[in-house]
Amino acid sequence: MHEMGVAMQIIEIATASIPENSVQSRVLRVNLKVGKLSAVVSDSLRFCFEVAAKDTALEGAELVIDEIPVIALCNACGVKWTVESPVFICNQCQSGKIELLSGRELDIESIEISDEND
Amino acid sequence: MKQLRIKNYQALPADKLVFHCHHDPSRPPKHDRSRSDRTGGGMSNRKSGTQEIKVVRRVLDANDIMAGQNRRLFKKRNVFVLNMMSSPGSGKTTTLEKTLTRIMPEIRSAVIVGDICTTNDADRLACSGAPVVQINTDEFGGDCHLAAHVIEKALDGMDLDNLDLLIVENIGNLVCPAEFDIGEDCRVVVLSVTEGEDKPAKYPLMFRECDAALLNKIDLLPYLDYDRRAAVNTILQVHPGMPIFELSAKTEEGFEPWIEWLKNKVKSKVGAK
Repeated sequence: MHEMGVAMQIIEIATASIPENSVQSRVLRVNLKVGKLSAVVSDSLRFCFEVAAKDTALEGAELVIDEIPVIALCNACGVKWTVESPVFICNQCQSGKIELLSGRELDIESIEISDEND
Repeated sequence: MKQLRIKNYQALPADKLVFHCHHDPSRPPKHDRSRSDRTGGGMSNRKSGTQEIKVVRRVLDANDIMAGQNRRLFKKRNVFVLNMMSSPGSGKTTTLEKTLTRIMPEIRSAVIVGDICTTNDADRLACSGAPVVQINTDEFGGDCHLAAHVIEKALDGMDLDNLDLLIVENIGNLVCPAEFDIGEDCRVVVLSVTEGEDKPAKYPLMFRECDAALLNKIDLLPYLDYDRRAAVNTILQVHPGMPIFELSAKTEEGFEPWIEWLKNKVKSKVGAK
C-alpha cells in the first residue's frame, strides 16, 4: 500500500547515486532486491515507479526486481531451508528458535546509466 | 483536570506532519553509502554503452536513521515506547482506554494516535487523562502507516521527562506499519475473534515483527464459529514462543496477564524514575 512512497524513495536514492561527472547520463535500469517477506508488491511498485519517475533523471528507466526467497536457519539444529509457507518452525527438529537469513530485503543494489564515453 | 486534558490534547494535521512520505529532506541520511561510490570505485562497465554503479542501500534507510534518532531520544529520556498495530476495528482504542485506566497514574502514560481521518480516537483516549496527540494522514492521500519522522514531529511539546510510557496507536492496517521502525521498544499486534483464524498466516510479517499478540473480543466467542485454538496455533506457527493474551476489552476478562506483562516491560526499561 505504500509502494508510491517506496518508489519516490528509490528515485531519490538513485538520483543521488549518479556520479557528478555523469549528470547528463540517462538512468537505464535500477536493480532492486525485494525479499518475499517485505510488505511490497512488485507489480504495484513497478507501476508507481514509472509514474513517479516522470520528469526525473529516471524517466523511462526499467525497475529490475530480484525477489529474494525467505531463508531460515534453525539455531537449535543448524538446518537451513527456504520458507515457502508462513510456518517458521524447523521442519527437522520442530524448534522455534530460528533466524531469518534473507527475505526482508528492500535494497537498491545498483543503477545502470548510459555511458557517454562509449 | 479537565483543563489539563485540553491543554495536553493536540490534533496535528497531516500537512504539518506528513509532508514527504518517507524522508524529511531537511535531514539527509548520515550514512549515505552511495557518496563514497561517487569517486568511481563502485562503477563497472556492464556492457557496451552502459555503466553499472553500485549503490547497496536500504530503500527505507531514511526512515531507519530517523527511527534510530527517536530510539536514542527515548533512551536518554528513559521512556518506554509501545507500537500498537492491528487491522481496522480490532479494538485497539478500547483496549488502550481500559489499559490506561489500569496502569495510570502508577505508570505515567501518553498516546500518539494515527488515523487517516477524524479525531474520534483521540477524543476517547483523552478521557483517561493521558496526554494524546492525534495524527491525521488524510491530506497526504491517507498514508497507510506512521513513519519515524511523523513520530518525531508529534513529540513536539510532549513532556518526555515526566513520562514512563508512550503508546503509539498505529494506523489500522496489518501490512505496512510492520515495515516501518518508529524507534519503539516493543511491538504489539491486536487481533480480534471476528477476524479469521488464519489472519496471522496471511500477514506473517506483522506477526513476525511483533513481540506479543492480543486476541481481543473473546466475550463474543459464544456467538461465533471461531476456532480459538486454531488462531493461537497459527500465531505460534508464524512466531513460535510469542506471548498471546486472550482478552475482552469490553468486559476486561483476561486483562490481568496483559497488564502485568506490559508493566514489567515498562519497568524493565525505566526502572524507578
